[in-house]
Amino acid sequence: MKNLYLIAYLDLKESIRAKWFVVYSLVFGGLIALFFIAGVTESQVMGFSGLSRLLLMYIQITIVILPIFILITTVRSISGDRDNHILEYMLSFPISLKQYYWGKIIGRFITVYLPVLFAMVIAVIYGAFKGADIPWSIFFLYTGLLFALSSAFLGIAFFISSFVKSSEVALGIAFFIWIFLLAFIDIALISLMMQQRFNEELIIFISLANPMELFRVAAISLFDPELTVMGPVAFYILDSISQSMFVLLSIGYPLVLGLIFAFLGYKIFEKKDLV
Amino acid sequence: MIKVSQLTKKFGSHISLDNVSCEFNKNESIALMGANGAGKTTLIRSILGYYHPDQGEVLINGLNPIKERTKVLQEISFVPQLPPPIKLSLDELIQYVSISAKVDRELILHYANEMKLDIKANLNKSFFKLSGGMKQKMLIAISLAKKSDIIIYDEPTANLDPKARDDFYRLLKQNEEEKVLLFVTHRLEEVKDLVNRQIYMDLGKIVSDETV
Repeated sequence: MKNLYLIAYLDLKESIRAKWFVVYSLVFGGLIALFFIAGVTESQVMGFSGLSRLLLMYIQITIVILPIFILITTVRSISGDRDNHILEYMLSFPISLKQYYWGKIIGRFITVYLPVLFAMVIAVIYGAFKGADIPWSIFFLYTGLLFALSSAFLGIAFFISSFVKSSEVALGIAFFIWIFLLAFIDIALISLMMQQRFNEELIIFISLANPMELFRVAAISLFDPELTVMGPVAFYILDSISQSMFVLLSIGYPLVLGLIFAFLGYKIFEKKDLV
Repeated sequence: MIKVSQLTKKFGSHISLDNVSCEFNKNESIALMGANGAGKTTLIRSILGYYHPDQGEVLINGLNPIKERTKVLQEISFVPQLPPPIKLSLDELIQYVSISAKVDRELILHYANEMKLDIKANLNKSFFKLSGGMKQKMLIAISLAKKSDIIIYDEPTANLDPKARDDFYRLLKQNEEEKVLLFVTHRLEEVKDLVNRQIYMDLGKIVSDETV
């Protein structure tokens, strides 16, 4: 365990010093600051106002940029170290592959999750200071959703990192996965739905198997428990499971997905030549 | 100590090690030589447990370096040919080594000073920002402080000036007893006084193995 924490701690320290981390933190902190400056908390759209409105906007932007940030910054963690011979030296010390791999994941998870969480905490503190009502239920839901989404993409990134031979290929695959989950699935499913080739239930199931889509739906479910803005899709979702069950699923599923990918990545890392 | 039996390692269709067998025992200092692509680095990496062999096996004190990597690597010090661009500070690197391999921090500082590396002034500097020579001195200091039974150096003096080379060989002389010292080198004359065995490799095979 000592070595696991050591790897996590050193990876965390190394990441915090890296330029990408500064940019990453500034983007999320800057978003919140921008919303305050733009007066989002004072505006009212579709009945949502104050901090709720701010958090909703924050989460909508986060859904787009968080996955790509995590993928790009993490996908090179193992493959990059392999590329530039860092792995060759660091693994010449008596550290098990399990400790090295999972230590890196823990360190990287803290690095990617904390700035996103801190940005929301700052928003809540600032909002409280300005006398706004704190939407605690939304805050906790988003904390859980972001945790789950970070896990899913971190797991996918480590999975890619474990088998690609060069950092450039890793980046290419990461970008493809991001754009595929963000847009292509939706476009493909919408066209299939329009052509009525498959039944709607199957299409909605495929759609919700996408962690980004699930995150998107869960993010609005607290504002709109009936999911009316989603139209007929809500019928299928809420007909199958209750709203609270849906929230649990939207946190549990990406978390499990991330763990499965991370575990597969570990198995590949263990079975392949290390350098 | 190190037993390599009928080891074959292929990368695609290229055979990097072709049915290699050899043993390295205590009190042996070996110069491992050969042209580029002869299989020297592949052999070393197999000893370190980095490669899964296509055939044959490597045993270090009877242990498989892949299956028992932590036990095996406790007994091995390794310095690569080119210092990798590790982003950790020297202090963090020392922390990594001293916790993972149970190496005395003071001993690393001691050997760094012996190698004329002004370590105290550079403790918070990133390893990759040091000059090539300073990096190499640091890795050598770590390898000596680890007090391993097996020390593997892949062209360790490539970045060192003549004075630093003398320091390195002096320290090595003091630490060579009861160990296996394995040098990968292209310049035999530099390690001639240190080694008592010379191995030449070519096209993945050992073509000559002489005790001197």
